[in-house]
Amino acid sequence: MEQEATISVSGNVVNCRGVWTLANLPELERHSGRLRWPDAPDVICDVGEVTAMDTGGALLLQRSINGLRQMGRTVTLQGLKPEFAELVRLVETRAPLNHTAGRRRRRWEEQVARTVRGRKEAVVDGLGFLGETVVTLGRALLRPKSIRWRALLRIVEVDGVRALPITGLLTFLVGVVIAYQGAEQLRKFGTNIFIVDLVGISLVREIAPLIVAILIAGRSGSAYAAEIGTMKVTEELDAVRTLGISPIDLLVLPRAFALVIALPLLTVYADVLGVFGGMLIASSQLNVSLTEFVARFEEAVAVRHFLIGLAKAPFFAMIIALVGCYQGFRIRGGVDDVGRHTTISVVQSIFLVIVFDSICSVLTNWWDL
Amino acid sequence: MPSATQTGTPVIEVSHVSTRFGQAVVHKDVSLTVNQREVFAIAGGNGCGKSTLLREIIGLTTPSGGTIRLFGVDSRRLEASAGQPIHRRFGVMFQHGALFSSLTLAENVAVPLREHTKLSPRLIREIVDVKIAMVGLPADSAGKFPNELSGGMRRRAALARAIVMDPELIFLDEPTAGLDPMIAAGFDELVLSLKTHLGLTVVMVTHDLDSLWRIADRVAVLGDGEVLGIGTMEELSESDDPIIREYFHGPRGRAAMEQAVWNGREPEP
Repeated sequence: MEQEATISVSGNVVNCRGVWTLANLPELERHSGRLRWPDAPDVICDVGEVTAMDTGGALLLQRSINGLRQMGRTVTLQGLKPEFAELVRLVETRAPLNHTAGRRRRRWEEQVARTVRGRKEAVVDGLGFLGETVVTLGRALLRPKSIRWRALLRIVEVDGVRALPITGLLTFLVGVVIAYQGAEQLRKFGTNIFIVDLVGISLVREIAPLIVAILIAGRSGSAYAAEIGTMKVTEELDAVRTLGISPIDLLVLPRAFALVIALPLLTVYADVLGVFGGMLIASSQLNVSLTEFVARFEEAVAVRHFLIGLAKAPFFAMIIALVGCYQGFRIRGGVDDVGRHTTISVVQSIFLVIVFDSICSVLTNWWDL
Repeated sequence: MPSATQTGTPVIEVSHVSTRFGQAVVHKDVSLTVNQREVFAIAGGNGCGKSTLLREIIGLTTPSGGTIRLFGVDSRRLEASAGQPIHRRFGVMFQHGALFSSLTLAENVAVPLREHTKLSPRLIREIVDVKIAMVGLPADSAGKFPNELSGGMRRRAALARAIVMDPELIFLDEPTAGLDPMIAAGFDELVLSLKTHLGLTVVMVTHDLDSLWRIADRVAVLGDGEVLGIGTMEELSESDDPIIREYFHGPRGRAAMEQAVWNGREPEP
């Protein structure tokens, strides 16, 4: 069987031959575009030797015929096999569709108005969510029995216990990095022992809580947004509502409580491993032995540094859990919306965590803590 | 009935297929063949492995035993060679449409053409227009996104995407499930008209007894991990198998049969 498709002109006859199907169409289309059409007023289009034809082939045939008709020729289709006739008829009666309906280009003032309206909605929604959460939270705290302890403990396990290896490794490495950078400078002044102050205070007070929060925002906050969003897409949230259960109570509170419990614990653990990292570098690079390090640590790093770091953790936890859940609830449409809001949840929670942290720094500085 | 007179090599051959998921046995021994240009339906109760069989035929799942040949090619090879060019010869319409939510309807339909052919954008657009019109979607729906379409329209759009490459064979997974009776009937008509226009072989999984009576040339009833019976609806309605009898002579089956008689497709005595 001939595997090619050809269109050629001889006299007043346009000969179409071969397999007019998708595989051959690109070549055929190019060829028919270059073709010199017959000059005679009456043109015969002979398709008797077309052995196969699909929709694309029929369209191309129809395009050629229409082109000829527009040039004022009369075209007679000859030898069309009955099995293709239906297809050709179908193609002839088609109406071009409007591909851009509902997708008209917006003018800039419309764009601005939309953006402002979107922002306003987000703020109102966010406040609504926050209010509902606070009320539900208050109610739950008044009746601790109503808290879903089982779900809560599971989340503590998934988002706390299973995050131990990665948070530990990361803060250990950060401790090492800080100690290395500090060692360079301190050695110049011969004040090697101050490595303890440097590593101890910076890690315990600022860096460990921050690293843990950022890690958990990426690890758990994003998961909350995606989980709740998927539940929304699959109508599970609607089912929860119609069953008379508050989604906030069911989904948000356990997550928020679980992170409030897990994050401070993770922070303490991160403190230990971070300082340990610094300790190793101090002994290998600055000849500060482990015992010296510990002795100095006791006098240099006041308990308040540790407490300030630790006190921030529950707030970070709240920010991460609430932003993650809130973004999950905001998901409306389909799959791409899930991705978008998951990203937003991570960016927003890290942003808010750092803003909150800097506010804390300013305040504690004012109060000379 | 056309089924008896169809000749030529079978499009699909399923022979002695067994499927196990862990301890659960889905198929014990399933064999069936689908001939060219017929509407072949796979029926059976919930959880009898209809959809699993469909997934195995199109190469998404590998059966635990037995062989499946699609156009004479082992379905296990479909995946290995990225399926070319077998994948171009069949289209699949998933139950919920599985339209890409980030693309408009027209873009969704155009995906196979853009990926697998070197056609000019103009011709792609024209083909897409024809297909969208062919499945009976209104002209202004082309630029809409899937979440702006109703369930029935989404189903039609999915069908348009399945037939955009002019395949010889299409698979429909529960094409009429969840559609209202009018739209379901319209969908049946659509499948029949596509079959005649494009010379399609249609394999569908369905629960819809009305639809089975209306468009299926042959039906395979699955149950207990086996094919309980294959034949035309008339033949199956005469079957002695208790499960098939229950399926066809339950209250709904009876209503559908009466409807079929009413429509002039009389069960043979």
